Amino acid sequence: MGGYKEAARKAFPYTIPVLTGYLFIGIAFGVMYAEKGYSFFWAVLMSLLVYAGSGQYLAVNFFVPGISFLHVIFMTLMVNIRHIFYGISLLEKFNNMGKKRWYMIFGLTDETYSLLCTTKIPEDVDEEKFLFAISIMNQSYWVLGSFLGAVAGMVLPFNSEGIDFAMTALFVVIFVEQWMDRKNRIPELLGVAAALLCLSVFGADRFVLPAMLCIVAVLFVGRKKLEGSVSDRCR
Amino acid sequence: MPVNALTSFLIILLVAAVTFATRAVPFLIFPKGKEIPGLVQYLGRALTPAIIGMLVVYCLRSTSVLAAPYGAPEAIAVAVTALLHMWKRNNLLSIGTGTVLYMFLIQTVFL
Repeated sequence: MGGYKEAARKAFPYTIPVLTGYLFIGIAFGVMYAEKGYSFFWAVLMSLLVYAGSGQYLAVNFFVPGISFLHVIFMTLMVNIRHIFYGISLLEKFNNMGKKRWYMIFGLTDETYSLLCTTKIPEDVDEEKFLFAISIMNQSYWVLGSFLGAVAGMVLPFNSEGIDFAMTALFVVIFVEQWMDRKNRIPELLGVAAALLCLSVFGADRFVLPAMLCIVAVLFVGRKKLEGSVSDRCR
Repeated sequence: MPVNALTSFLIILLVAAVTFATRAVPFLIFPKGKEIPGLVQYLGRALTPAIIGMLVVYCLRSTSVLAAPYGAPEAIAVAVTALLHMWKRNNLLSIGTGTVLYMFLIQTVFL
């Protein structure tokens, strides 16, 4: 375990926004699942094995008599399809990580992907351990949130409405950080523009896949122009 | 429980397998040791900022801009988070302030 403690200590501050967000959207998931009649055991099991925010919210609806497994597969695929593109940025990093990479791949949520790709790794820490620590800590927040939601239900000591904005704010902050590097600006604007366009055409429930395809297509066509101007590394 | 334990467990396994499969696709196409073509390396670099841009919109996708309050709480909180971050460059300060401000706006100002 040499160095993991140190890596975790260094990584923890970067994960605090995810801690806030995951704890509360995890609690919301636990509450929803408990209302269906499932004990905390099931909520924790799902958060350990599935580990997907919007995927698990959707999955709560699958637990009805007569559900078709094909329906489960199709709906899960639709809500998670954006993840197909995430690994492309992390091929080199993960392929150097030995067996641990299977956990890293499993843990590629939106938030973890963003942190892994954009966090500047402190000089005096082992990169591999640092990244692994981020992934493990993020999932532990998610599991803890689901557990609390399923056990304690809706008895929060304060009105938490809107606290999930922490996730939005995290992406806004990463967006600004990326913006500081001039080379990222065109792809960033492309991401926003493609998403807004597809959102207005396809609606909130099904815009992500067309948006991702648009982004990839434009990046592909514009390779000659963009190649020299995009950042050397994914961070 | 609306369905029995075995079926419940199978549903969870199925959702887990499909979710993992979506995340694993690029690593199955380019396994360890296989050379990654230049085009894919370029896409990997350019995709990160583009995906971050997409995710900002994704988080705000359910905001209704056509009815009161016309997305005002989201717009204000996003602007404050971004400006504060450009000024101070402190992640926790920007995210904490933005989140508390948003909660305050939707709980007390824009009811």
